[in-house]
Parts: sequence; C-alpha cells; structure tokens
Amino acid sequence: MEEIYSGLLRALELIAARDPQVVEITFRSFFISLSSAFLAGIICIPLGGIIELHQFWGKRALINLIQTFYSLPTVTVGLLVFLLISRSGPLGDLNLLFSPAGMIFGQAVLVSPIMIGLTITALAGVSSPIRDTARSLGATDMQIIITVIKEARVAVMAAVLLGFGRALSEVGVAMMIGGNIRGYTRVLTTAIALETSMGNLELSMALGIILISISLAINLLLNRFQGR
Amino acid sequence: MALLEISSLGKSIGKAEILQGINLKAERGEILGLIGPTGSGKTTLLRLVNLLDEPSSGSILFDGREVSGRPERELLAARRRMAMVFQKPVMFKASVEENVSYGLRMRGRVDAMGGRERIKEALAAVGLSGYESRDANTLSGGETQRIALARALILQPDLLLLDEPTANLDPGSAASIDSLLRNLAGSRTAVILATHNMQQCRKLARRVAVLQEGRLVAMGKSEEITLPW
Ligand SMILES: Nc1ncnc2c1ncn2[C@@H]1O[C@H](COP(=O)(O)OP(=O)(O)OP(=O)(O)O)[C@@H](O)[C@H]1O
Ligand SMILES: [Mg+2]
Repeated sequence: MEEIYSGLLRALELIAARDPQVVEITFRSFFISLSSAFLAGIICIPLGGIIELHQFWGKRALINLIQTFYSLPTVTVGLLVFLLISRSGPLGDLNLLFSPAGMIFGQAVLVSPIMIGLTITALAGVSSPIRDTARSLGATDMQIIITVIKEARVAVMAAVLLGFGRALSEVGVAMMIGGNIRGYTRVLTTAIALETSMGNLELSMALGIILISISLAINLLLNRFQGR
Repeated sequence: MALLEISSLGKSIGKAEILQGINLKAERGEILGLIGPTGSGKTTLLRLVNLLDEPSSGSILFDGREVSGRPERELLAARRRMAMVFQKPVMFKASVEENVSYGLRMRGRVDAMGGRERIKEALAAVGLSGYESRDANTLSGGETQRIALARALILQPDLLLLDEPTANLDPGSAASIDSLLRNLAGSRTAVILATHNMQQCRKLARRVAVLQEGRLVAMGKSEEITLPW
C-alpha cells in the first residue's frame, strides 16, 4: 500500500515536471489516435450516410454485423491489419508495419465499425420531414446525405470522439502494428504495458493517470455534446 | 398545353386506397384551389405531384413529359422546377438565410443569381425583412410558415404547391400572404393551393377541385362550387 502511495506521488511529480518521455509519449498517442479518428471519420461518416439513406436488401443484417464489430477484440483487428500490411500482404509495398502510419491505419480500421454504426444511429434521428424538405427543395441524393449529416452534426461529432477514445485506449493494434518502438511508435497504452512489466511502476502510473484523465475529458465533452 | 396534367392517379398504402382516379390540370398563371375535409388526401396528392412519393397508378405529365415512374435523375430535374410548402414546415438547423437559400444552393446557383439580393427580396415578400441571421429553429410557428414560403418563392418555380400555407397565421398575416399569392396569378407560375378554407379559395383561386375520401367529387369555378359537406 505504502509502495503504491509513494509511487503515485512520484508519478504526479513526473507529470508536474513535464518529464520529456511522458510528454513525448502523450503527444504521440494524441497525434496517432486523433489522426486515426479523423481518417476513419472522413470515410465512415459518408459511408454511414449512404447506408442510412438507401434502402437495399440485407441492410438490417449489415447494420447488425457492424454493431457486432463494435466489440471486436483489438488483437484480432491487429492480426487482420498485420496480415494486410506485412511484407507479403496485399498492402505490403506501403511499408506500414511498425510505423505510426500503420498504427493510424490499424486504429482507423478498429474504430470504423463504431463510427459507421453510431453515424447511422445519429442520422436515423434526423426526421423524415427534414429529408422530404431537402428533396423537395431540389437536393440530389448526395446533397440529402450531406444535409442530414449536417443536421445530426452533434451526434456525428460524438461518434468521432468515441472513436478517438477507443483508439487512444486500445493496446492490441498499437502493440502489434506499431511494435512499441521507443521514440517512434511507443504510445500511452503500449508504454504502460511495457513499463509495468519492467517494474517501472512510477512511469506506468504517470502514463496511466494521463490516459484516464484524457478518457475522462472525452466523456465530459461527450456529455456536454449530448446534454444540449 | 397545361403545365401539369394528372390522369387517373391513384395511391394505395397497404390495403388502404388513399387516392383514386384523380384527373386534374393546372395551367401557368392560375391558382388552382384544392379543397377537402381533413383526411381527404390533399397532402398525399401534393406529395405525389412533387414526386416525393410514387403513385400506385396513373400518370403525371409535367410540361408535356411523363414524370411518374421515371428514374431519379428525371424526377430531380422536374422537381427542381417545382417548389412545395409543407403543411407543417420544418427548418434546417441553420440561419434563416441558409434556409431560404437552400434550394438555390442545391442548384449551384446562389452566387450567379445575386443570392443576397434575392434572399432579401424573398424575406421582404413574406414580411420578414432583416431575419437573415436568425436561428431558423427559434422562429414562431407563423414565422416558420412564412420562411418556408420564402424558401419556395425564391426558386421562382413553374409549379408552386402550397399545403395550407396560412393555417398557422393570424388573419392579418394570412391576408398579406393571400395578396402575395394573388400577385402570382397571371405569372408564369402555376399554383396549387390545398386548403380547408373555402373563403380563401374564393378569394384566390379561379378554379377549385373538391377532394373527398380520396376522390375528386367536383371541379369548377370557385364561385359556383358548393361543398358537399
Ligand atoms: N403513410 C401513411 N400510411 C397510412 N395512411 C396514410 C399515410 N399517409 C396518409 N395516410 C392516410 O391517408 C388519408 C389522407 O391523408 P392526407 O394527409 O393526404 O389528408 P389531408 O387531406 O392532407 O388532411 P388534412 O387536411 O388533415 O391535412 C388519411 O386518412 C391518412 O390517415
Ligand atoms: Mg394535409
């Protein structure tokens, strides 16, 4: 107990002193996960729009499948992306393995189901009179989708934020695709895993506190969004 | 040739026949009254004409072309020559200005046509000058209805479909909208005005079509029509 307490104090000291390693890892985590949320957003939001606004055979099943993928274990996504981008994989030529770009790609894949699913839910909340009004005023199908996304912007932003949160807090993809290379692909979660296993509890706890704080901040932001 | 020519138009939803055997023409420059009790099918008919829903039978000729059952591309082209004011208009989550210019923007015409000026004119026409930057979702019911009318008028449609456009208005604003609509008579626009209000029909429409339980039961000069209910 004593040990945890003094470790916690020293962890806080590390944060307060803006320990270079802590700062660097935090920023990298932010950068990679924000990028992956952004990348996933620009693909998944329009895709969610297209799925939501069209009627087609198997739509219900597709949405169910997407929702099943919400809780896909991150290591399985890691494995899938690994197979895709490893030397012999179809995207092997891009040299994405063990690079931040590969992590961004992998995390984007990981959060895509959530983002598509939550976008669909968000857009379903836009009333049909709004769609009829857009159509009646001469909007094309694509313009209607854009209008509906704009109408649901708060909920769509929440979907992106949730995706960011999931990317930031996952370990599987970051470890398997990034490889936890110091100063290059080491992020909060992989650093915590490593430092804990090496007995560097103070550094682990410092990083853990930061991770929890960010998650908390995201949740507060989400609540503020949804409270409106 | 009439701008709009509807023949034996029908609409069923499930087993219910909402509209049956509707024949109707509307000419440019005329205001055609569409009167009928609640639930008689006025809104359903206007939605079919605006190509928002598909009819179950019959045909819709718009400017000499069959438009019912055509691919979306052709529907869009026809729809872009019409405008409709819904019975319960809704506003996009945006300013009044963005709402009013929406149709122009969708057509990619907002700058080319002196957008700002036209928005100003449209707002003035419905008596809401200076409302440009208001949040459209904070408007009162009557204001919403008038903005919806401005949003339609700005498009200078060939066919204007109005579903109870003055239902939420006090007598004063209703009268000013009526006189605005009267100015459309004799223009290149054909107007179909759905209403319960026979007085409004007599004031504005030369011809009136009477709808009852999904069928047209009478059609004639507004002075000569007596309502069957
Ligand atoms: N989607 C629908 N499903 C089932 N019934 C419908 C649907 N839409 C309309 N109806 C029915 O069709 C009939 C005609 O409705 P419509 O809204 O066209 O009437 P209306 O003449 O516009 O009435 P009001 O004057 O009250 O606006 C009504 O009985 C209505 O309940
Ligand atoms: Mg109606």
